[in-house]
Amino acid sequence: MDALFLARLQFAIVTVYHWFFVPLTLGMTILLALMETQYVRSGDETYKRMVKFFGTLFLINFAIGVATGIVQEFQFGMNWSQYSRFVGDIFGVPLAIEALLAFFMESTFLGVWIFGWDKLSKKAHLAAIWLVALGSNLSALWILIANSWMQEPVGFKMENGRAVMVDFLAVATNPSIRYQFPHVFFSGMSTAGFFVVAVAAWHLLRKQTHVELFSKALRWGLVYALIGTIFVITAGHFQGQHMVETQPMKMAAAEALWDTEQPAAFSLFTIGDMVKREDIFAIKIPGLLSFLSCNNFSCEVQGMNQLQAMYEQQYGPGNYIPNAMLAYWNFRLMVGAGMLMLLLALYGVWLMYKKRDFRQHANFLLVAVWALILPYLANATGWLFTELARQPWVVFGLMKTEQGVSNTVPASWVLLSLITYTLLYAALIVANVYLLRKYARRDPEEESEQPETPAPTLVGAA
Amino acid sequence: MDLNTIWFVLIAVLFAGFFMLEGFDYGVGMLLPFLGKTDDERRLIINAIGPVWDGNEVWMLTAGGAMFAAFAQWYATMFSGFYIALLLMLLALILRGVSFEYRSKHEDPRWRNAWDWSIFIGSSVPALLWGVAVANIIRGVPIDAEMNFVGSFFGLLNPFALLGGVMFVAVFLFHGAIYLALKTGDPVMSRAQATAKRMWLIALVLVVLFVVYAFAATGLYASGAAYLPTLIAAVALILAGVFLNKGRTGRAFAMIAVTIIFVTFTAFAGLYPNVLPSTLDPAYNLTIYNASASQYTLKIMTIVALIFTPLVLLYQGWTYYTFRQRLTLEHELEY
Repeated sequence: MDALFLARLQFAIVTVYHWFFVPLTLGMTILLALMETQYVRSGDETYKRMVKFFGTLFLINFAIGVATGIVQEFQFGMNWSQYSRFVGDIFGVPLAIEALLAFFMESTFLGVWIFGWDKLSKKAHLAAIWLVALGSNLSALWILIANSWMQEPVGFKMENGRAVMVDFLAVATNPSIRYQFPHVFFSGMSTAGFFVVAVAAWHLLRKQTHVELFSKALRWGLVYALIGTIFVITAGHFQGQHMVETQPMKMAAAEALWDTEQPAAFSLFTIGDMVKREDIFAIKIPGLLSFLSCNNFSCEVQGMNQLQAMYEQQYGPGNYIPNAMLAYWNFRLMVGAGMLMLLLALYGVWLMYKKRDFRQHANFLLVAVWALILPYLANATGWLFTELARQPWVVFGLMKTEQGVSNTVPASWVLLSLITYTLLYAALIVANVYLLRKYARRDPEEESEQPETPAPTLVGAA
Repeated sequence: MDLNTIWFVLIAVLFAGFFMLEGFDYGVGMLLPFLGKTDDERRLIINAIGPVWDGNEVWMLTAGGAMFAAFAQWYATMFSGFYIALLLMLLALILRGVSFEYRSKHEDPRWRNAWDWSIFIGSSVPALLWGVAVANIIRGVPIDAEMNFVGSFFGLLNPFALLGGVMFVAVFLFHGAIYLALKTGDPVMSRAQATAKRMWLIALVLVVLFVVYAFAATGLYASGAAYLPTLIAAVALILAGVFLNKGRTGRAFAMIAVTIIFVTFTAFAGLYPNVLPSTLDPAYNLTIYNASASQYTLKIMTIVALIFTPLVLLYQGWTYYTFRQRLTLEHELEY
């Protein structure tokens, strides 16, 4: 195993792991802010208890997201020093802005929010959670601006073998970010929505102690999840069309489209031969891929073999085809999970609209609990797809991944870090799941505090 | 002043802010198992930094991000070169970040004890390694003509660097003890005061040793720019001890904060215009010019920093004001 392979594996592991925790933060901070807004406006204590209940779950999740985020910033320099030298002039800027503009806001006001229930006025406390929501989503925006530049480099020139920024606004408004950010933002919403739905459904199914609170939470979660899912799919659709224009190889790999077709068929299921670059078995819907790519049923969609030939002319000899099997199945898992989420959210909202008592729909509640897997599956496979199918490039058209790896770091060091991160991350997720289960199954606090009588003993936590 | 110098100064300020703020957090984390005898006392200690530790840690992330944006060659050389040291630091920081949140969420004493020691390790390892890193930056490391680090991990653990590490640990323990003396009630407060008084002398001796060693064995004082910040740091450290003995804990805290800020400035003033000297050949030194981003990027970053840094200082300052109250065992604790 060489350092390049280990560094790539490590990036995949730590990034997908980090991304396990972040979308919930993105969507949940806004949902908590909305719930707390409702509390402040109506004075209804149910919403305060709801915020505190789901706030605790959010914090258990958030801690790992933040802690593993540090690795994300450091590993570019550690494992990818040649990449860092090459892109530093451009890539470092959004990273620094992310920290200065977003991380400070997010972490400072989160501290205020956790510890400020009794110290601040209701409105000031509400402002704190809105600032956390703003900060965490701004951080997503800036890190995606950095990633967008890797997908679609803009606003730069080459100078002494390095990419040098010439237009900051072009970098910050990269066409790719206009699709990526909405896609990620709404994926956060749907993740948070399904999270709340799953927890509330479990309580209605199993405990039935705080029916009012969890019925409300279920409805909030369903509407939130539906909005998120509709828009994440919409954004994804347009992102796909943009991808056909700017990274056609990625779409061809996603569809296992070996040869250019006009009109192009959409593959429902394909088993392909990666060496001969052809299908062994496939079920296809004629014309659908053309429609998804350019909104009409007869346009041409380029295949991997033709693109390979084109890139060889443009960039010289080499293999420009990503691992089509990984791209194809990750893409299908993401889209499949998204579609199931949409159906489930639609059905749930329809039950709401019909004013059904959810406790009479035990099957729906049971499915809703297990559906929590879906957004996590979609989030992980979505990232794996977009990064894997960009290969062999780390910066599309400019730098190959193999050129970006640290040239002075021996494989043994990368292996050591890979093993230690994996072990620590595994231990942390055990603790995380343990606490989440414990706190998700707990009853919400009745009346959370009596300021006049200090608690004599300090057991448990808020 | 050119943009390269402005960014050198800004990064010095970010590291000074980071060491000053996370310094007491690290100190508090290292003191936790020793100053907190009971579970309640330990919770009190953690809650004393509860609202602020995460915001303080962002100073490190911002310093790292600013290095990447303004001096990518420095970032790339140092982070790939200090690989094993940074790995240890990251593992410690991950553990620490999770520990604060998870520790009190389960009643089992073994669970809590394990997280308490995680906080201890998570605080002492970064404190030690940042000292090692800063000392190595002052001393210089083997860098070749291609800006690549060609040394070894054990080469970074030279006596001067280890002294730097131990000095950082001692100064942060002192800093953390004063913070706890200021922010908690008895019995933690009295214990923290006693610890601070003991740590003061140890910190002072180590700082003096470090300065003498740096003077004799490195180029830190070659340009003369490092004398004034060293003097300020030394005077502030002595005053911190004087105030502490007079029972003026607040002033002692202000003085140790000044000490840490000016220790950091000493390192940066002595380095200028280098960011990472090479021990192989001065021609291979990474400087604020050969390691920097383009003038355009520096200009963009300057505008961003000028707008947002004052804002950050303002709202972080406000949080310290909001949570200025001394915590006692009668308060409801979140962590």
